[in-house]
Amino acid sequence: MKSAGTLQLTAPGERDIVMTRVFDAPCQLVFDAHTKPELVKRWLLGPPGWSMPVCEIDLRVGGKYRFVWRHDRNGTEMGMGGVYREIKAPERIVSTEKFDEAWYPGEAVGTLVLVEQGGRTTLTNTMRYESRAARDAALKSGMESGVKASYDRLAGLLASTPARERA
Amino acid sequence: MQSTHGLDATFAALADPTRRAILARLASGEASVTELAQPFAMSQPAISKHLKVLERAGLVSHGRDAQRRPRRLEPKPLAEATAWLERYRRFWERRFQRLDALLDELKTRTRTPGDHR
Repeated sequence: MKSAGTLQLTAPGERDIVMTRVFDAPCQLVFDAHTKPELVKRWLLGPPGWSMPVCEIDLRVGGKYRFVWRHDRNGTEMGMGGVYREIKAPERIVSTEKFDEAWYPGEAVGTLVLVEQGGRTTLTNTMRYESRAARDAALKSGMESGVKASYDRLAGLLASTPARERA
Repeated sequence: MQSTHGLDATFAALADPTRRAILARLASGEASVTELAQPFAMSQPAISKHLKVLERAGLVSHGRDAQRRPRRLEPKPLAEATAWLERYRRFWERRFQRLDALLDELKTRTRTPGDHR
């Protein structure tokens, strides 16, 4: 298997989080993996131990999507959803995003751009939050800490990050 | 709470190219305001203003020398902000690795005879 790209993640400006990643597949397949529920459910998962029982996508401008993840052991659920604002298959989707349990204020707008070259696809996903505070909260909470039940996992993660001295 | 504020302040401080350049300069050693202003087409007060933002974010401190008051880089908040980015990045990287595997499977499927792809 050819080596796929490593995810580049930056937080430029005041309100954005930008992800860039190369996939060794044509644009159409990457687009399908983002828009067909049976495919989305295969990879857009949470940490290990979480499943994605709800994945509904109404792929049209003004159409809604709804995702729910569930912790298999304790039943904790986390849901999010939004509305499609722009769809240009297979290269561009603009959609809103809002979590049920709001761990960042307001709604975010995501712009997914797929560019194919030589059979490989570069994905750029830009999330724009309502404020700098919202962006930083999203970045800091991540999905894993959005749910109290996963705090233990978070603790493990933090312990595994490179040691930083605390004053 | 303190650290949440710290992260906000760090990213805000880093959002400006002049401030990033100042930090890059300080990464190679401490410098006075005059020295910091030199490479920029900017007045000393303008540089001082940027330095204040960096100081409030805890990214820069100044020495005791009353005359020169050399500024120096404080690496801890930067390391903290980088760590949060890295944690978030790893979470998504795990998802994208699953997507890699799925895409491989889909490619094999679409290569079956009769398919034009």
